[in-house]
Amino acid sequence: MKAQRPEMLTDLETAPNATGMRRVAIDPVSRVEGHGKVTILLDADDRVHQVRLHIVEFRGFEKFVQGRPYWELPVMVQRLCGICPVSHHLAAAKALDMVVGATKLTPTAEKVRRLMHYGQILQSHALHFFHLASPDLLFGFDSPAERRNIVGVAAEYPDIARKGVLLRKFGQEVIRATAGKRIHGTGAIPGGVNKALDVADRDLLLADAYRMIAWSRDAVALVKRLHFANVGLYNSFGAFRSNMLSLVGADGGLDLYHGGLRARDEAGGILFDHVDYSRYWDHITEEVKPWSYMKFPYLRALGAENGWYKVGPLVRVQNCDHIPTAFADAERREFVDFGGGAPIHATLAFHWARMIEMLYAAEAIKDLLHDDDLIGGELVVKGERHRRGIGVIEAPRGTLIHHYRLNNNDQVLRANLIVSTTHNNQAMNQAIRQVAKRYIDGRALTEGLLNHIEVAIRAFDPCLSCATHALGQMPLDVELVDAAGERVDRLCRAGDGTFTREA
Amino acid sequence: MSPTRLLVLAWGNDCRGDDALGPAFLAYAEALADPPGVTTTFVGDYQLQPEHAIDLHGHDLVLFVDASLDARLPYAFGAVEPAGTATFSTHGVTPGVVLDAYRLTYGSPSPPAFQLAIRGESFELGEPLGAVARRGLDAALGFFALLRRRASARAWCGLLQDSSQHSVAADAA
Repeated sequence: MKAQRPEMLTDLETAPNATGMRRVAIDPVSRVEGHGKVTILLDADDRVHQVRLHIVEFRGFEKFVQGRPYWELPVMVQRLCGICPVSHHLAAAKALDMVVGATKLTPTAEKVRRLMHYGQILQSHALHFFHLASPDLLFGFDSPAERRNIVGVAAEYPDIARKGVLLRKFGQEVIRATAGKRIHGTGAIPGGVNKALDVADRDLLLADAYRMIAWSRDAVALVKRLHFANVGLYNSFGAFRSNMLSLVGADGGLDLYHGGLRARDEAGGILFDHVDYSRYWDHITEEVKPWSYMKFPYLRALGAENGWYKVGPLVRVQNCDHIPTAFADAERREFVDFGGGAPIHATLAFHWARMIEMLYAAEAIKDLLHDDDLIGGELVVKGERHRRGIGVIEAPRGTLIHHYRLNNNDQVLRANLIVSTTHNNQAMNQAIRQVAKRYIDGRALTEGLLNHIEVAIRAFDPCLSCATHALGQMPLDVELVDAAGERVDRLCRAGDGTFTREA
Repeated sequence: MSPTRLLVLAWGNDCRGDDALGPAFLAYAEALADPPGVTTTFVGDYQLQPEHAIDLHGHDLVLFVDASLDARLPYAFGAVEPAGTATFSTHGVTPGVVLDAYRLTYGSPSPPAFQLAIRGESFELGEPLGAVARRGLDAALGFFALLRRRASARAWCGLLQDSSQHSVAADAA
């Protein structure tokens, strides 16, 4: 195994001497969980000395499921996240396949689950690009905040915003048709699925499937155009080199549903390949840092300092050897060629890779809908029982691990979940340190500058254990605090996007 | 005369304390019969997202229902207008964004929309609805019965103006 040391801005993780400095906190105030905060420590000359991203993740969920009968898990875990409930549903079901001894699912079961998963990928990626990222990308990070939202996009690019809505809706319909209903779906069960796809649903989805592919191709073209139009910025903004981790299929192809773990170093060299994820802990472990609630995973063989990595679309598109669908694979090749033989580590290239994956999902959905295995056949298999189950899936934001141990009464004894946001913890910290150093260092703080930090965070779209979301929240709260801990300034962005300042 | 087609769209997580206000409201409201002249469709979800705009299509009147941290006790009733939101994650949008998504998708203004924001205070995992939230839920369901009997935008606007109890919620224009 090669042990190259990823680029680290360790000087910005902990300031050597914090005395006399100001602390800037970018604090999205939400309810209980779902709390993300960026703190930036500045000296009297506004030089950046320390940057940290704090995210409170899944506090308590592992304890919450203890004692529950295992068959409740695929439905219960959907409450983890309102954005990607299907990913948790399928990761839990895969873990329980292992528990019930279903070493190989029936063709119908696997294809129904895959269809469901691709529906989730499509709708999640569409939401991310069209409704979260596109305002920044289309108007620029420094554009007026009141314009930098989906209404601004709608005003100037109505077709883009409309496609975003309809792609989301199509993904939602795929999920409804496979999971049984829109929320609290029960489609995947230990050892298989509880129903095949209805012919009527298949026909309904097929009627729109080709249009979704066309729109996804348009989205890839758009994101490429944006990248090429400002290639210097896109290549450098928040860029950092790191190891990379994802599942790949048995043939090395992109596989978001199942496969073995493949890790590469920052130069693209293979660190390990086709590793059976049922013993993931032999290769991945986690470090605790005193300043963060969220753990920091790393590749065990490389150690904490050198072994951290990133996951998600930017990794997956480069970690695989090919993509199984034609249009997406052509786009992958162009993407890889753009790197000139080296991995692309640009944070903003996440958006390009994400759209390639959306195109893949749209094509894969179309292909599956033409497969008659989806509409009939055996649904469930069982085998030798086990008391431990591990399920790994490539969720929209990256690798997702569910790990359960059961007691003799088939109740959950222990659960461990490693979500993509945790895998990307160090990576997100690196991205915002790069941005802070480049754009904030030595300059007075403005809303536009702070938005640069948010742009880096948005590229990863961290999951904030988000499944609560009341009306009236304030997504952004910025406090300037002096060395004595006194607040000297405060900026607030209200739920409607307006920005106010309380000196 | 054709009945008023009312859509009630409520969201929240039923495993997280007062965040269950939306789903609980839906469960109770759905069990009640429509008054004459009204046909109600109920839609529930974990979180509000832009594609909910499509659920609005074909309705004459829309009511969004969610828990709220800062609504007036026991609930706030307000009108909603199309509006954009700047956020740093994809984790949920406001009703105003959904209305705007409707305009984009269908090229016409959305049906008149209002929101019922029920005050919640605690959102911890595994907790049941708190006492304040339960009282708010009861009050909101009572008010919803009135809304349903007077299911028109004009009547609902009148309810906004007539009662000091009802405030325009934070999301409204």
